[in-house]
Amino acid sequence: MSKPQTFNPQAYWGATLRLLLTTLAIWFVVSFGAGILFRDALDGIHVGGYPLGFWFAQQGSIFIFVGLIFWYASRMDRIDRDHDVHEE
Amino acid sequence: MDLKTLTFIVVGLSFALYIGVAIWARAGSTKEFYVAGGGVHPVINGMATAADWMSAASFISMAGLIAFLGYGGSVYLMGWTGGYVLLAVLLAPYLRKFGKFTVPEFIGDRYYSNAARIVAVICLIFISFTYVAGQMRGVGIVFSRFLEVDITTGLIVGMGLVFFYAVLGGMKGITYTQVAQYVVLIFAYTIPAVFISLQITGNPIPQLGLGGDMGDVGFLQKLDRVVTDLGFAAYTSGDKSMIDVFCITLALMAGTAGLPHVIVRFFTVPKVHDARVSAGWALVFIAILYTTAPAVGAMARYNLSTTVNTAVATGGDVFAPEASMLGTDRPGWMQRWEKTGLIHWEDKNGDGRIQYYNEKSKNAEFLAKAEAAGWKGNELGSKGKKGEFDGKVDRDIMVLANPEIAGLPNWVIALVAAGGIAAALSTAAGLLLVISASISHDLMKGVFAKNISEKTELLAGRIAAAVAVCVAGYLGYNPPGFVAEVVAFAFGLACASLFPTIVLGIFNKAMNKEGAIVGMLTGLFFTMGYIVYFKGIFIEPMAKNEAANWFMGISPEGIGVVGAILNIVVAFIVSKMTAPCPDHIQHLVEDIRYPRGAGTAQTH
Repeated sequence: MSKPQTFNPQAYWGATLRLLLTTLAIWFVVSFGAGILFRDALDGIHVGGYPLGFWFAQQGSIFIFVGLIFWYASRMDRIDRDHDVHEE
Repeated sequence: MDLKTLTFIVVGLSFALYIGVAIWARAGSTKEFYVAGGGVHPVINGMATAADWMSAASFISMAGLIAFLGYGGSVYLMGWTGGYVLLAVLLAPYLRKFGKFTVPEFIGDRYYSNAARIVAVICLIFISFTYVAGQMRGVGIVFSRFLEVDITTGLIVGMGLVFFYAVLGGMKGITYTQVAQYVVLIFAYTIPAVFISLQITGNPIPQLGLGGDMGDVGFLQKLDRVVTDLGFAAYTSGDKSMIDVFCITLALMAGTAGLPHVIVRFFTVPKVHDARVSAGWALVFIAILYTTAPAVGAMARYNLSTTVNTAVATGGDVFAPEASMLGTDRPGWMQRWEKTGLIHWEDKNGDGRIQYYNEKSKNAEFLAKAEAAGWKGNELGSKGKKGEFDGKVDRDIMVLANPEIAGLPNWVIALVAAGGIAAALSTAAGLLLVISASISHDLMKGVFAKNISEKTELLAGRIAAAVAVCVAGYLGYNPPGFVAEVVAFAFGLACASLFPTIVLGIFNKAMNKEGAIVGMLTGLFFTMGYIVYFKGIFIEPMAKNEAANWFMGISPEGIGVVGAILNIVVAFIVSKMTAPCPDHIQHLVEDIRYPRGAGTAQTH
C-alpha cells in the first residue's frame, strides 16, 4: 500500500468531492426536483403521452440514475489516473 | 397439459437449475464463504445484486401498490433505485478499498471500538430478520396459490433449498444462483407486461406503451378519466403531502444504501473501480423491472376498472344499471382468484351486479349520483382475515393474476410462479448470509472467541446460517402480526443508524467512537420509538396514525430521514466534547479514500 511519490491527497480529495457534489446535485434535481418539488409545474408540459413531472417520477429519474453512475465511474477513473492512484 | 402440472414442471426445472449452480460453486474457505473469493466480475455482481435486492415485495407487490396509488407510488420507484447513486458515490468504492468482510467489521475498525461493532450487529440483525420473514412468507404464498399445496409444505421446500445453497455455498454459491434467479424473474416479469402493453396500446415496449395512445387519446389521460369517473383521485396526481413524499423517498434511498446485504455484495468484486461500475450494472438490471412496473400497474388498473364497469371505457353513463357487470358474468380469472380471497365480491344492494367505485370519494356530486342510482357501497374488494368483506382489492393480484387477465397461455402463468419464488429465495439467501457472517465473523471471531481457526469459523458460519434459516422459516410460518408494517422499520432503521455512521466514517476523519456510538443509538431509538408510537408493534399504538398527529406531517415511513439528521447532529456534538480520533485511525481513513493498493478482500 505504498503511496506514489507525486500523490497530493488534498488535491485528489478536492477533485473527488467536487465530482461527488456535481453527481448528487444531478441526482437531487431529477428525482426530488423534477419528480416531487416542481412536478405540478412540469405536469403542464406533455412529452409523448406523459405529463413531464409524472414521467420524471416514474421513468425518467431511473434512466438518469443509471447513466449518472456510469458517468461518475468514468470521471473518477480519470481523476484516479491524473493523480496516479489508479489500480494496476 | 393442465396448468398445475405445467407449473410444477417449470418451478421444478428452476429449482434443478439453482441446485446445479450451487453444487458447481460451493465454498471452501472463509473468503469464499463471506465474499465469494473477491473475484466476481462487476457485471455478474451487478446481476446478483439486482436479484439480491429485488425481493418478493418488488416482484409481487410493487406494481399493485402503484396501480392503486398512481403518482403516489413514485416514492417506491425513485426511492428503491436512487439509493444506488448514493451507494456508488458515498459507500461502495470506499468500503471495497477497506477490504474486509462485513459491515459491522468496518464500523468496529473505523471507530476502534467493539461496542460500536456490536451496536452495528444489533442493527443488522434487526433489519435483516424483519426482511427475511417477509421473503419466506412470500415463498409460502406463491407455493400455496399456484401449486395448491399447503403453505407449510411450501415453506419447508423453500427453506430446504435456501439451506442447501446458502449453507454449503456461502457467498460464492449465492452469487451464482442469484444470477440464475435474476434471469428467471426478469423474464417472468417482462413477458406478461409486453403482451398487455401490446393489447392495450399496441406498443410492445411497456415503458413506451404507458405514454402511448389508445385510439385518439393518450393512455394516461384515458386512465385518469376512467378512475375519476369511478370517484377515485386522478391517476397522475397523488393525495400524499409533498413533505411526506419527499421524506419517504429519501428514507427509502438512504435505507437502500444502508442495507447490509446490499453493501456486502460490493466486497466481492476485484477492484475499487469495479465497485463503482458494478453499482451501475446493478441499477441497469433493476431498472428493467422498475421501469416496467409502472406500466404493469397502470394497465392492470385500467383492465380491472373497465372489466367491472363497461361504461367507463366508452364514456357512457357510469350509473346506468347495465354498465355494472353482472355477477354471473365474472371472468374466469376472477372466479379462480376468489378462492384465495385476494378478490371478493359482495352484493350489498342485491341487484346481482358488481358496483365498483370509491365510496369515500371527495366528490360530493359523484356520491349523490351513486346514491340516486341505488348503489349501497363498493362491492369489489378482498376477504379479510376473518372472512369479512374488505373494501380493497388485494394489491398482489395485479401481478399474480396479470397473465390470466390478459388471457396469456398457461406457460406464462407457470413462469410468473417461478419468478415470484426466485425473487423471494434470492433475497432470503442474501439476508441469511449477512446474518450468519455477523455472528461467526463479528461476534465470534471479532469479539468473543478471537482464537478460533478458519475452519471453526467456517463451521460456525454454516451453523449460524442453518439456525437463521430455521428462525426465518418459523417467522414465515407464524408471522408476527406486524410483518407488513415492518418494511418501514427495516428501511427507517438502516437510514437512521447504519447509513449516516458509515458515511461519516469515510467523509469525516475527525469523527470519534463516542460520537458514532451515541449518534447510531440516537438514530436507532428515535426512529424505532416514532414507528412504535404510531404503529404499535408489540403494544397498542399510542396515537392514531394520521397526518394531523405526525411530526411536521412526516409519516412513520419517512421518519428515518429525521432519525438520520439527529444521528449526524448528535454525533458532531458528542465528538467535539470527547477525546479526538487517534492518528492511526485518521491515516486509515486517508488510506481508504484513494483506490491504489486495494488488493482482494483481506482477513486482516
